[in-house]
Amino acid sequence: MSNMVNLTINGIAVSVEEGKTILEAAEKLHIKIPTLCYHKDLCVAGNCRVCVVEQVGNNKLVASCAMPVSEGMEINTNTLKVRNCRKHIIELLLTEHNEECTKCYRNGHCELQELSAEYQITNQDFIDLVPDKNYTVDRISPAIEKDDSKCIRCQRCVRTCAEIQSVGAIAVAHKGSEMKISTVFDRALDEVVCTNCGQCIVHCPTGALTEKSYVEKVWDAIADPETHVVVQTAPAVRIGLGEELGFEPGTRVTGKMVSALRRLGFDSVLDTDFTADLTIMEEGTELLTRLKRALVEDDPDVALPMATSCSPGWVKYIEHKYPEYLPNLSTCKSPQQMFGALAKTYYAKNVKVDPQNIVSVSIMPCTAKKYEANRPEMKDSGYKDVDFVLTTRELAVMIRQAGIEFEKLNDESFDSIMGTGSGAAVIFGATGGVMEAALRTAYEIVTGREVPFDNLEILPVRGLEGVKEASIKIEGTVDDWKFLEGVELKCAITNGLENAHQLMNNIKNGESFYHFIEIMACPGGCLGGGGQPYPVDDEVRMKRMQAIYNEDSDLPIRKSHENPEIVQIYKEFLEEPLSHKSHKLLHTTYVKREQY
Amino acid sequence: MDFQEKLVHDLVAKHGTDRENLLPILQGVIDQERYLSEEAILKIAKEMSIPAADVYGTATFYSFLDTDPRGKYVIRVCKTITCAMKGKNQIIQAIESFLKIKVGETTVDKKFTILQTNCLGWCHKAPAMLVNDDVYTELTPESVVDILREYREEN
Repeated sequence: MSNMVNLTINGIAVSVEEGKTILEAAEKLHIKIPTLCYHKDLCVAGNCRVCVVEQVGNNKLVASCAMPVSEGMEINTNTLKVRNCRKHIIELLLTEHNEECTKCYRNGHCELQELSAEYQITNQDFIDLVPDKNYTVDRISPAIEKDDSKCIRCQRCVRTCAEIQSVGAIAVAHKGSEMKISTVFDRALDEVVCTNCGQCIVHCPTGALTEKSYVEKVWDAIADPETHVVVQTAPAVRIGLGEELGFEPGTRVTGKMVSALRRLGFDSVLDTDFTADLTIMEEGTELLTRLKRALVEDDPDVALPMATSCSPGWVKYIEHKYPEYLPNLSTCKSPQQMFGALAKTYYAKNVKVDPQNIVSVSIMPCTAKKYEANRPEMKDSGYKDVDFVLTTRELAVMIRQAGIEFEKLNDESFDSIMGTGSGAAVIFGATGGVMEAALRTAYEIVTGREVPFDNLEILPVRGLEGVKEASIKIEGTVDDWKFLEGVELKCAITNGLENAHQLMNNIKNGESFYHFIEIMACPGGCLGGGGQPYPVDDEVRMKRMQAIYNEDSDLPIRKSHENPEIVQIYKEFLEEPLSHKSHKLLHTTYVKREQY
Repeated sequence: MDFQEKLVHDLVAKHGTDRENLLPILQGVIDQERYLSEEAILKIAKEMSIPAADVYGTATFYSFLDTDPRGKYVIRVCKTITCAMKGKNQIIQAIESFLKIKVGETTVDKKFTILQTNCLGWCHKAPAMLVNDDVYTELTPESVVDILREYREEN
């Protein structure tokens, strides 16, 4: 039990644990203090000063996000001095800020805009410095745009990139009035170690960092009568979209989402969950094959642990930082890219449409997926496998533009084929989900029995912890898999690239040994992705995670190998996991990249 | 291993890979190469296992850690108020017309770069300038040309 500290805020007594800040104490009293550089996910910076409050007996205002509470402290958050000071701080931030709010991508979603509305900034007492600044805009990356004229130098992005992601693609450069957030030598984000995870976007308070939008291109495709536009939606979109359209975090809107997509004019509304199930079949078989090579054939070249390859942020990270481990990465494409490759082959053949006329769109909780779709190797169908990737936020934009009253929509179901997914596929959206889905199928293939967990819920792999470990002893194997009898399958799961960095170092140093590791680039997995609604913190992530697991347990099919469309595609088209055709369409290769 | 690789490798070996050793390493490269090139910054990042953006950010924070190419002799004329009042502008004019370049530029033979700097702490002997690490004070338009002529004729 830690010591409690007593203080008063605006005359109201409050008692909080020692070490807490004034801001946290105020939160307990439901007193809102404005913040910009502060974010619950990140270390305190205290550089924007907008959270200043008055402390009785102290002439200077103090930054409430950085100041720890002390016994007997008397704080006032709403005095004339505080209000005037905050107002001036906002006005000064605006002198260096491109104020073309009506032409800004973040218009209506900007913390600076909200604050200046709250403080009624209508005057212009300070000189506009923007014309004298040499601001640059970087629109080269297919995923992320960076506009320095919107940047308030709060450094939330820098802290995110370093603390949460351990990437360090951006840092603070220069000083004084020339200070800016920069990559090395101000290169384009596309030319540095950036993984396109988009966590900087989710943490940016203004329009300085945004996703590259493909909304107009998708509208064009829908409007073109010659094209057949198919859309796939990732598992985490159905639990994030509602949040962007006014529902509480963690609201499941699967049926409404399908209905909205149909109204937007997509010719076929399909589900990435289908290819998530397919990923399990391919990746599960790949894992078992690797284990066989290691355990039976004593093949020294087999790379273990095998690592998941669904997260394109993680894939680019390992390409930059641990290229010696690229053979460990599963050769499976991500569900998005498997879907893209099948949309212009299997699907096209089935619906009798010339693949040349198919435009394949995906709705993702992710910005790295935009990059992934543009990787040169992603053309195995003979065309660009996925033409355009939209984030959850961009889909919400389209729904609003179309004048759809989302909350009034009826629930509808996905089209077929490639529209059926199991519960195992839905949980791909949460950290630990791919592992759980893989275990549900692999264990059953090997033993003929279901995984030994109540209601198929493999609880040790769930939750927001940085690194989770699980081991499962394989007993009672069927004849084909006798060599796995008694083997303890060791697994690790991690989310956020800083945690991935720790895990990889442990593996590299020989401190830990695993057979299979699941790594997701974003905190919480895809549900906390760079394309999901903002603001976000662990509380919101937990609600989204609960929604994902509820979606799973409500589905009639919970295991990938029992998905009837999966059975069908192997029968009619792919033959078997890791077949020649699978290899051509569903598997890929990786590239060693510069480490710095 | 080329010259720069060896230089960075030796500096990191001497000072260590901890983050706080970055400054002496950057200064060590400046001593040899006069500026921090993109290649040098990437090599330092790699040797120290820290992000290249961090190395660049640190380098650009300090006025004496240049990231633009510089001549063998970097002339820094003090621009602060005492030197300004004591004729800094005439000194700069004399240097510019002698070297045939403007402030911020480097001569074609890569021998000289002219820059201005904040206070050097030699107000009592203003105007003052630095040529690399050497200070010259109580300059006149004539004396500064004599000083630079010696540098030019050297070797």
